[in-house]
Amino acid sequence: MSSPLSPPLKKDPQKRTQSPLRPPEARSRAALGLTAAAAEGRFALQVCDDCGTVQYPPRDVCGSCLSAALEWQDISPAGTLLAETRIRTSINLYFRERTPWRMGSVQLEAGPVVLCHVHGDCERGGAVTLLNRLDASGQGVLLAVPKDRTSNMEDDPQMRALSAAPKHRRILITDLRNPNTPALVSALLEAGASTIFVGEAESWRPHANRDLISGLEKVSVLPLDVTDTSSVQRLAGEIGGKTDILVNNARFLRPGGVLARGDTAFAREEMETNYLGLMRLAQAFGPGMCTRTNDGVNSAVAWVNVLSVFALSNTPDFGCFSASNAAAYSLCQSLRGEFRASGLRVMTVFTGPDDDDWTQPVPPPKVTSKALAKAIVSGLQQGLEDVWCGDVAMEIRERWRRDPKVLERELTQGGEGA
Amino acid sequence: MGKRQSYEGVAVTAPVSVPYQRYSIETAHWWIASALRGSLQAAGLRPADIDGFSVASFTLFPDTAVGLTQHLGLCPRWLENIPMGGASGVIALRRAARAVQAGDADIVACVAGDTNHIDSFRNLLSSFSRFAQDASYPYGFGGPNANFALLTDRYMQEYGATREDFGMICVAQRDNALRNPNALMKKPLTLEQYLEARPIADPIALFDCVMPCAGSECFLVMSVEEAQRRNLPYAVIGGTIERHNAHAQDPVQLRGGWTLDVEELYAMADCTPDDIDLLQTYDDYPVISMMQIEDLGFCDKGGAPDFVRNRDLTITGDFPHNTSGGQLSAGQAGAAGGFIGLVEALRQVLGSAGGTQVADATTAMVSGFGMINYDRGICTSAAIVKTGSPA
Repeated sequence: MSSPLSPPLKKDPQKRTQSPLRPPEARSRAALGLTAAAAEGRFALQVCDDCGTVQYPPRDVCGSCLSAALEWQDISPAGTLLAETRIRTSINLYFRERTPWRMGSVQLEAGPVVLCHVHGDCERGGAVTLLNRLDASGQGVLLAVPKDRTSNMEDDPQMRALSAAPKHRRILITDLRNPNTPALVSALLEAGASTIFVGEAESWRPHANRDLISGLEKVSVLPLDVTDTSSVQRLAGEIGGKTDILVNNARFLRPGGVLARGDTAFAREEMETNYLGLMRLAQAFGPGMCTRTNDGVNSAVAWVNVLSVFALSNTPDFGCFSASNAAAYSLCQSLRGEFRASGLRVMTVFTGPDDDDWTQPVPPPKVTSKALAKAIVSGLQQGLEDVWCGDVAMEIRERWRRDPKVLERELTQGGEGA
Repeated sequence: MGKRQSYEGVAVTAPVSVPYQRYSIETAHWWIASALRGSLQAAGLRPADIDGFSVASFTLFPDTAVGLTQHLGLCPRWLENIPMGGASGVIALRRAARAVQAGDADIVACVAGDTNHIDSFRNLLSSFSRFAQDASYPYGFGGPNANFALLTDRYMQEYGATREDFGMICVAQRDNALRNPNALMKKPLTLEQYLEARPIADPIALFDCVMPCAGSECFLVMSVEEAQRRNLPYAVIGGTIERHNAHAQDPVQLRGGWTLDVEELYAMADCTPDDIDLLQTYDDYPVISMMQIEDLGFCDKGGAPDFVRNRDLTITGDFPHNTSGGQLSAGQAGAAGGFIGLVEALRQVLGSAGGTQVADATTAMVSGFGMINYDRGICTSAAIVKTGSPA
């Protein structure tokens, strides 16, 4: 069993904040397939289409038959720990600060032997399961964990470093008025968050969510209007140094494409909130979070942005809203690159229609607040980059992967009599 | 498989080691040139007399053997660059020998050398191989220490080896190194000190690891007639083998490519393990020396722990092993680590080993092991060299 993670001590302001450090980032193009699978929490390896051999390390051609037809496929993560070591000295600074570092070799039932990180509860010769997780360099790495759960296993330091777990962390949710916020607050509290800040725009207007949230222990409601630069900067000045996870769920949502609207008024509002709001938050909170990614138990760890899955391909019923989400998604990709050197993760959460007032005429299935909250918490715990929440989002993902043009044609099918 | 041709008529001469340094401000070019100059002087040759040139080095970048020809003013008609690390010495030897036999070159200089700047080792590791970059370094960046820790861990489980057994090899080599004035390690090492040393990557501790350093090694290959005409003492080659990526299906490397070819090696050299007067293994970690002792036929697989318990591995013992102190006690000078055993073996059979000379040594075996591409060493090589005409 792992020892439970202790809550962090109060930060000593006289001590220098440790600089962000990262494990080696360099990879071949082939190896990035592992990273792409880790971004979604999948364990996948290359399999030869011609002879079926499972490959590892990643290759350009099959090590058995020289075929170039290698496909990344989900395979069984079951294996046996063959040998292990605790590295006590490393010339890489990230590992040097974290020694002893346990690693080992695992014989996979699927065939290959892999070198991997080894969870503290694994026994030599014992059955293990391999997880494929993103490390602080944003690269997919393999971690062997015991086949059967052990107590506090997520608190193992190596496993925690491969996650963005909310436990003992301080979290800012940017939009109190979002209908999904109360469920998200309770899911994060349940996951062990130490403090939750909830931003509220136009606080003079009463809102049911405030009544649900404001009295909760560990939760504080603070003024935040993401369309107002000074409001964002004011809040960053106040809590920017203690924001470990930022969940941006602020959104402005109205139905309609270009012709259904007579002017650009709603489109402006959508861009102000969904796109520029994200940018304002990133400019105000990002730099501070980036300096605190190596700050112990409650280091800054993740930026979460909730997006419509129609960011990938436009649905004209919500054509302008989809466009603002496409812009926000693109900005999230930029932020991934800009945050990379610090190790701060960007998790994009793609959802289908939920039970917002403005999506009332949209037929089910709809994403419930609970399901969205659960997806966000589990995504953080697994350290994911891309989370697909609900049946609609997962279906759009599959169709988009199969053929983006076909999906576009289907989503833009002409209405009756048009 | 066809029978290989013998190495008859080939002479190996002028073995030279340039004294190693822990850190050097000189370049690999400087170290290689120093060793080459040493061998040429020992043989009474000028650079223009060389028409074959073979180079092994990790730190020549951006140069290779090609750039060195112009840098050193050589005009060879046979040029070789050997990127096989710890296996490079024997491989340079066998390639050069064939070139001489075929008449592609008359006199081949085989050189290995590397420098060691403060940050060299880290830079070298960072760009060592694609599989290591993708699938080994992200896991703790322990370098070869971590790889060999896993191998040692598995070997101990499989064959019941103890840390004391590995210590026997290290302690004996230190004893040998004390007779080699150029060895970097100057202090005696006891088994207690070995066992109590700082852990590096369990079960590997400080004295299981080599010390990276700068250094270079060189020898010359020519025809026996050429050596005799120049009145040079020379060694002859009984046999050589090399093998790459053998036993790829073994989950952890507990044997090397030698097992596939060792019988042919003894057959070519017309001898048995009993005829070997001294053995130079590639000793980046003691477990690898044990693997070689087994795979080269000195005992059964898994028998090396018992073997080292019952034999005396020092220069005056009944199984002289790594007589110059090996890399563990003399230092690991990059690719020259693939030459240190061969150059010392040549001195031994020529009777010119000085303080480390094994009495009446006429037949020596040298083994090479190189290049941890991912989880194991890929290249293996071995040679038997014998006294041709002593000094």
